[in-house]
Amino acid sequence: MSKKILLDKINVPGIKTYEVYRQNGGYASVEKAMKAMTPDEVVEEVKKSGLRGRGGAGFPAGMKWSFIDKKSGKPRHLVCNADESEPGTFKDRYLMEFIPHLLIEGMITSSFALGANLSYIYIRGEYMWVYKILERAIAEAKAAGWLGKNILGTGYDLELYVHCGAGAYICGEETALIESLEGKRGNPRIKPPFPAVSGLWSNPTVVNNVETIASVPWIVNNSGDEYAKIGIGRSTGTKLISASGHIKNPGVYEIELGLSVYEFMNSDEYLGGMSSDRPLKALIPGGSSVPVLPADLIYKTANGEDRLMSYESLSDGGFATGSMLGSGGFIVYNDTSCIVRNTWNFARFYHHESCGQCSPCREGTGWLEKVLHRIENGHGREEDIDLLWSIQSKIEGNTICPLGDAASWPVAAAIRHFREEFEYHVRFPERIKNRDHFTTEPFSSLNVSKSKVIT
Amino acid sequence: MIHTDQKQNINMTETLMNRINELISHYPSDKRKSALLPVLHEVQDAHDNWLSIELMDKVAEILEIKPIEVYEVASFYTMYNLKPIGKFMFEFCRTSPCCLNGTENLMDYTCDKLGVKEGEITSDGLFQVVGVECLGACGYAPMLQLGDFYKENLTPEKMDQLITDCKEGKIILQDK
Repeated sequence: MSKKILLDKINVPGIKTYEVYRQNGGYASVEKAMKAMTPDEVVEEVKKSGLRGRGGAGFPAGMKWSFIDKKSGKPRHLVCNADESEPGTFKDRYLMEFIPHLLIEGMITSSFALGANLSYIYIRGEYMWVYKILERAIAEAKAAGWLGKNILGTGYDLELYVHCGAGAYICGEETALIESLEGKRGNPRIKPPFPAVSGLWSNPTVVNNVETIASVPWIVNNSGDEYAKIGIGRSTGTKLISASGHIKNPGVYEIELGLSVYEFMNSDEYLGGMSSDRPLKALIPGGSSVPVLPADLIYKTANGEDRLMSYESLSDGGFATGSMLGSGGFIVYNDTSCIVRNTWNFARFYHHESCGQCSPCREGTGWLEKVLHRIENGHGREEDIDLLWSIQSKIEGNTICPLGDAASWPVAAAIRHFREEFEYHVRFPERIKNRDHFTTEPFSSLNVSKSKVIT
Repeated sequence: MIHTDQKQNINMTETLMNRINELISHYPSDKRKSALLPVLHEVQDAHDNWLSIELMDKVAEILEIKPIEVYEVASFYTMYNLKPIGKFMFEFCRTSPCCLNGTENLMDYTCDKLGVKEGEITSDGLFQVVGVECLGACGYAPMLQLGDFYKENLTPEKMDQLITDCKEGKIILQDK
């Protein structure tokens, strides 16, 4: 069984409350950091741990912390990115809903390390009941003396608030999140300057994902070196994976990085295999924005090595034969799934969520959606597949923020690995009878050449 | 920006103003605008879940910002309603992971049962069915958002019960 460091107490009755959380060792990292360590020592432990940002990009958290401008004399801020909106990803909500004090403890310890006296948790507006859980937990922590003035008599002050968004995926991008926190539209900023130099209200700011911050108490309590022993290579520690789609046991799992994809997919401890006993067709391992993998590249890399749940193994081979760990949004497709329909669905999402600031993204995502829609509905043209490829290639890398890339990559990967399905839609429009076309008649049974579906 | 000429009764109660002032206190005194999103949520909740021009103007006055600063935010984020909505708005997540588990069929079922098309409000003003993008509940599909809460792992039978509960006043829309 994998080691648990985030969810190990999740089944303790009443762990949502301050009393029970405290009785189970909660807030020990705050005491240790404030009484026995300097802020720089806390940063050093996080660096040693090798913890990488769990929001999707995987940038080393300790290094990000060390970039914060301490010389300007301006107030510093820690902002927790709880704007979880990546399709396939629902792990942060689980953590906040069932063990809210873990995040609050992490926010206090991390704020101390960064010298921040005013910090925020920016949560997506749809998670309103979770927002209220966090508000109540913050009030409990404050009443117990973990927030406010002169915490533990150390002279350190911290105020922590929850701030709710209002429905915009783009606000998961750190500079858009900051704009939104300033009461504006969530339009990403051009970087540099990076938030560590000029972030919230032009002050030095670190933005970290919920899971990242919730990992800090364990690191401080047990040391960065101990954390680095968990996992594999530069993928240290544990990772929350949210699994959905055609599997027996959807839900949120904490795994040690380095677990094999096969074991995660098929063991009863995790996903328990495919639902309905239909064959595996495709997998998106890290949320909708990362490339889809066809069945023959899911359990083995192109080199024939076991595919592991790690940053390196999942991206092995680049986008030609690999994908990304991303946010850990693990979406599984069986052979009744229509890849074209799925790709169109994601294109609609990115078109809807584009902030409209950059032309390639604003216009391009709309074109992708439109062309994919007509192919999926049996009105595609021979040249449409190459047109899609052309459009996505002109979005990627040409926008202020990564939303353009996120919109582009799923389309590119779908064409790269499943081109025959796009061709099928264009050549046999009479067979695209309704939206359930591959549910009623799995693509694998259609005797189309080059089918990559394996059982 | 979507705009309606429909009038709205504006009622900034003492309770509402106290909550607004509390929210404003979460930010530095010279950064009142930062409270805009949470304040809009509060005033919308207190005004039949939509924001008229007059109500947004009132928010601008409270936060000491220009009305256009409120309009541009209210029209950017999907959770602000700029025209009246059904009392019970069923917001189905229709992004791919949910669709894999039957969201589209359940939306059709619900629309048929209520006698409306997607986006329409029933003639009694009670119900509205809309499709929205990812709600972060991919493992518990099909699902919908209703007020402050998520209803997950839905089936036609559970939808029937939910509609009945709404009609009978058993559903609480906000967690107070």
